[in-house]
Amino acid sequence: MQYIQQVAFLLLATYAIWLFSKNILQIKKNIFLGKPEDLSDNPNLRWRNVILLALGQKKMFRNPTVAIMHLIIYAGFIIINVEVLEIILDGVLGTHRLFFEPLGNLYNFLINFFEVLAFGVIAVCIVFLYRRNIMKLKRFMSKDLNGWPKSDANYILVTEIILMSLFLTMNAADSAIQLKGNEHYHATGSFIFSGFLVPLFDSISVAQLVLIERSCWWLHIIGIFAFLNYLPYSKHLHIILAFPNAYYARLNPIGEVKNMVNVQNEVKYMMQPELAPTGDAPPTTFGAKDVMDLSWKSLLDAYSCTECGRCSTACPANQTGKLLSPRKIMMDTRDRLEEVGLNIKQNGEFKDDGKKLLNDYITVEELRACTTCNACVQECPVSINPLDIIMELRRSLIMEDSNAPQEWNGMFGNIENNFAPWKLSPDDRDAWTKEN
Amino acid sequence: MQVPTMAEFLAKGETPEVLFWVGCAGSFDQRAQKITKAFVTILEKVGIKYGILGKEEMCTGDPARRAGNEFMFQMMAYQNIQILNGYNIKKIVTACPHCFNIFKNEYPVLGGNYEVIHHATFLQQLIDSGKINMKDGGAFKGKKITYHDSCYLGRANDIYEAPRSVLEAMDVALVEMKRCKSNGLCCGAGGAQMFKEEEKGDVRINIERSNEALATGANIIAAACPFCNTMLTDGVKNNEKEDEVQVLDIAELVASCLS
Repeated sequence: MQYIQQVAFLLLATYAIWLFSKNILQIKKNIFLGKPEDLSDNPNLRWRNVILLALGQKKMFRNPTVAIMHLIIYAGFIIINVEVLEIILDGVLGTHRLFFEPLGNLYNFLINFFEVLAFGVIAVCIVFLYRRNIMKLKRFMSKDLNGWPKSDANYILVTEIILMSLFLTMNAADSAIQLKGNEHYHATGSFIFSGFLVPLFDSISVAQLVLIERSCWWLHIIGIFAFLNYLPYSKHLHIILAFPNAYYARLNPIGEVKNMVNVQNEVKYMMQPELAPTGDAPPTTFGAKDVMDLSWKSLLDAYSCTECGRCSTACPANQTGKLLSPRKIMMDTRDRLEEVGLNIKQNGEFKDDGKKLLNDYITVEELRACTTCNACVQECPVSINPLDIIMELRRSLIMEDSNAPQEWNGMFGNIENNFAPWKLSPDDRDAWTKEN
Repeated sequence: MQVPTMAEFLAKGETPEVLFWVGCAGSFDQRAQKITKAFVTILEKVGIKYGILGKEEMCTGDPARRAGNEFMFQMMAYQNIQILNGYNIKKIVTACPHCFNIFKNEYPVLGGNYEVIHHATFLQQLIDSGKINMKDGGAFKGKKITYHDSCYLGRANDIYEAPRSVLEAMDVALVEMKRCKSNGLCCGAGGAQMFKEEEKGDVRINIERSNEALATGANIIAAACPFCNTMLTDGVKNNEKEDEVQVLDIAELVASCLS
């Protein structure tokens, strides 16, 4: 019987990890559909960002109450993984509470610590569900989240509550068995939170308790494997990608717009034709129309987005009722990238589907509303830069499609002819010096 | 106003300490010209050897680049860098955060390397080094003033304290808006919005921001960007508060305090 459980566990674990790796590799492949951009300089500063921004969640603390709640869930999730390690080893080796004997008294302390975290996670998840569904915070009521994204957020919170409840129930059943005596169950001592549940199990026989304990153990680990495989389809992927995204965040001042070397050179060759290379220049496009035209970092950004909406709450355009929402820019990019990735997987190469990120997902009106104020970039706790995408799409609109509002065309003309954005003579540039 | 140009310095075989980059708004916009003149008054007062490019100055290309017109930007950058390098410019001061950002962050990769300083920092340095003395703590002593962060000075370049310490030197009662410093709300002009009609929405960004500034109860809204100044002035007018509340640049505030 024990061997069957061990084999079943091994098969489950192998399948779960294989499936997860497969999906993650697909995501990696999708990300590298983007344009190359070298972001490997200054590793010390990059590691510092990983520690401060990803591990330390520095930007979350712009709102300390939420930051602490988020930290509880996060710490719960990460630290309880030590317990998951024991659970996995128990599963593989067919043991029960493998760490009990080597750790001795420390074991009881550790499990109690995990129980505190588990209780904290449940409490915060309930608060978060309340904030999303009953308090209806504006950030979570946006139409950006209609449909799947709204459910996704709730699924994650409910799953976390279920997993933690299973963990506590398992411990409670275990303690109840210990009280009744069973050689297979170590006397670990009582646990802080699950201890409250033990009296509920008073009238239940040892055999039934073992069944409850085993069921919770199995459901808990199955739940964890299922959740692991849910990540690639969910906004919850940020729990992993926040780390590489912090590492590869651009280190330049955020006010700096990325230079376009091809345009720089074209202007240079126009001004100094003697420098121009001979022969036909290779065809080139300007800006981005689709996800493949964006930097790979923008695509990593899209997968790292957890749709929290801090960007859109800070966005002056969004807050004054314009169509632009930086969060939607990121969600659209991810949706389109998923679609393109699937297209390539099915056809061996990208087969034109008559769609583009520009226009079919992100409209001109959205792009036109951006003031490039960088509030979205400043806010993002996981180092996403929505402005990079907006700029690349704007470049394509202007330079590929000559699609500009009339006033901008006038402004371009004025800069070209009068060297100022207004229709005023360059001779009058110093007219103010003639006045008092 | 006698304002020396780089060409005049060159003719005399001299080099000024700093180039004052006036910018398009500072040169052509009637409201911003007042800021320019106030800053020149300060430069004259402290006796710094400065020059302007005069008719040789051109748009940096900022609105073109941010609208998406990289060609136009690169054309302007190329021409400006030719002129600046031709005069062997080492140090630039400007009252426009957009010009400041582009010189500081975007010209170097194109071959334009200068020490660039925004007038907020420049004024702070003059105050700190005692070159500016404001009589009796200034004409604005105790006045309730709020400061609006320009995106291209604040978030883009992390300059939050310099303009505030200039105000503090005048002994004003500085009150902050609900959204300030890195949380500051844009005035609505950036990203070439200044040069087009706003997209449709519930409210104009400049009105939203002006309302926030008016809610502080301050009688003066201080700015450090000619475009923010225009946007906020319009917002104050929209509220019919222009008789009670003034939108002023920090250079104007300093200039009117000079003894």
